[in-house]
Amino acid sequence: MTPTAVVMMIIAMVTVWGGLIAAVVNLARHPEVAESEPGPPVEL
Amino acid sequence: MSTATTHAPRREAFGSRNVFILSAIGSAVGLGNIWRFPYVAYEGGGGAFLIPYLCALLTAGIPLLFFDYAIGHRFRGSAPLAFRRMHRGAEPLGWWQVLICVVIATYYAVIIAWAAMYTWFSAQLTWGKGNEEGFFFTDFLQKGDAADGLSTQFVPLVGWPLIGVWLVVIIIMGLGVKRGIGRANLVLMPLLTVMFAVLVVQSLFLPGAIDGLNAFFTPNWEALADPAVWASAYGHIFFSLSVAFGIMVTYASYLKRKTDLTGSGLVVAFANSGFEILAGIGVFAALGFMAQAQGTDVSGVAASGIGLAFVAFPTIVSQAAGGSIIGVLFFGALVFAGVTSLISVLEVVVAALQDKLGWGRVRTTLIVSIPIALISIALFSTTTALVVLDTTDAFVNAFGIMAVALVAVIVVAWMLRKLPVLREHLNRRSSFGVGWFWMLLVGALAPIVLGYLFISELIAKISTPYGGYPDWFLAIFGWGMVIALIVLAVLLALLPWSRRSHAKDDPDYDEFLVEEHYEPDAETGTVRTAREYMTPESASNGGRA
Repeated sequence: MTPTAVVMMIIAMVTVWGGLIAAVVNLARHPEVAESEPGPPVEL
Repeated sequence: MSTATTHAPRREAFGSRNVFILSAIGSAVGLGNIWRFPYVAYEGGGGAFLIPYLCALLTAGIPLLFFDYAIGHRFRGSAPLAFRRMHRGAEPLGWWQVLICVVIATYYAVIIAWAAMYTWFSAQLTWGKGNEEGFFFTDFLQKGDAADGLSTQFVPLVGWPLIGVWLVVIIIMGLGVKRGIGRANLVLMPLLTVMFAVLVVQSLFLPGAIDGLNAFFTPNWEALADPAVWASAYGHIFFSLSVAFGIMVTYASYLKRKTDLTGSGLVVAFANSGFEILAGIGVFAALGFMAQAQGTDVSGVAASGIGLAFVAFPTIVSQAAGGSIIGVLFFGALVFAGVTSLISVLEVVVAALQDKLGWGRVRTTLIVSIPIALISIALFSTTTALVVLDTTDAFVNAFGIMAVALVAVIVVAWMLRKLPVLREHLNRRSSFGVGWFWMLLVGALAPIVLGYLFISELIAKISTPYGGYPDWFLAIFGWGMVIALIVLAVLLALLPWSRRSHAKDDPDYDEFLVEEHYEPDAETGTVRTAREYMTPESASNGGRA
């Protein structure tokens, strides 16, 4: 592979896969809030 | 769901945030990632395409994904209902998106059917080595010419699997959001990821793979000066991320009230692009092998999207050691990725009619899916399928998805001035805060870019007849179709909502508004109860957005 191609490949991988890892880490740090929604209403 | 009350059924919901994320990735990762991205990237200057692509992702894809999530989650409805709740006059936007999804669903299904057949053919090398192209167009599709008019000749090898695809999809849709869509994604997405990872690794070990990667990543900087390349990058991002045509609005409306919207959105957006890069590597490694085997350049082995998947790949399958495995993995991945996307496209339509009619899941699914399936089978199981597919895809992308995105951002940002409301809603519950920069991207950059793209597409498609197809044909399946979508959308918005519809009767939504201290909705049946919680001043403004 040419140096330019390698650089482009690295840019693509770092941006996209790095972004994915960062996004997953961020989400894992903010776990889903325990359900505070009221349950289904009592049907009549 | 209750049948004991007179209320419309409660809104369905995803089982958890992770199921939503998986389903949203399932929607975003579709045929486009595997079948279209390598082709678009290849046409758009190889490695240089990554620049407009990443620009489009960061400046338009992700901001608009947040925009869609905010609309769906804040107004808790399918596209037409969510836009109606934002402002009565915005309802046609929602129906426009619904109709775009109807069109996409009809042709999307047939590509899945082709891929399903090719999964089977790969195992047997049915096409016969050296006859890949002739097999696809002549033996398999029995391709005819549009100049002779639309064909009604049924092609059994395409028609029967197409019927099969529709049956499977209708069953998934009928099972509902949690049991159908959620569960299908829980099974298919991990399977797809594993299959694809194996495929990529196997491709990388083929001789010539590095040449393929070289071709994929070597930039042709001149391509960046071509507006059409930017158009295809932005158009591809919209299509790939499933933004701006109702899917993410609909899926976000099934999220629980306290969900991290932007945090989830970032995972979805980067997972989608991550998959695309992976697909590019896998596909181009395989193309590198093909070029070496044929003694040509990588540039000489692939010509078009369909050619890439259904001519080039079968050739690779014929020539590579262990080719059948590559073929089964590749076409199987196409099928799984396609099914998870098709159900999200159909969900836009099903959800809209569920909201509009207040009907139950199964009844609405059948009413929606069966006519779409019949149109799909009528148009795409015949010998003119490929021509119709090519035309509708090109026109609905440019003048459907791109146009509705343009109109939606202008209407919401500039006419209704709702971006601050949406920003506030996102920030109240999300880990990744959005500020004025997000509003600038959605309210200013997106309309400028989309407007430019739209006009250049318009000029391009007016100046030369698309694909050299006959005028009458383009008038119906190109221009006529995209204009009809807008007219029909306005007509659908004029139809009144019944008292059973979710616009008029949605206790969940009223409860949500009270809990969040939002103004009550003027239309829903329980609005009076909700108003008791509000100050007289805010109540008097209720719903007048």
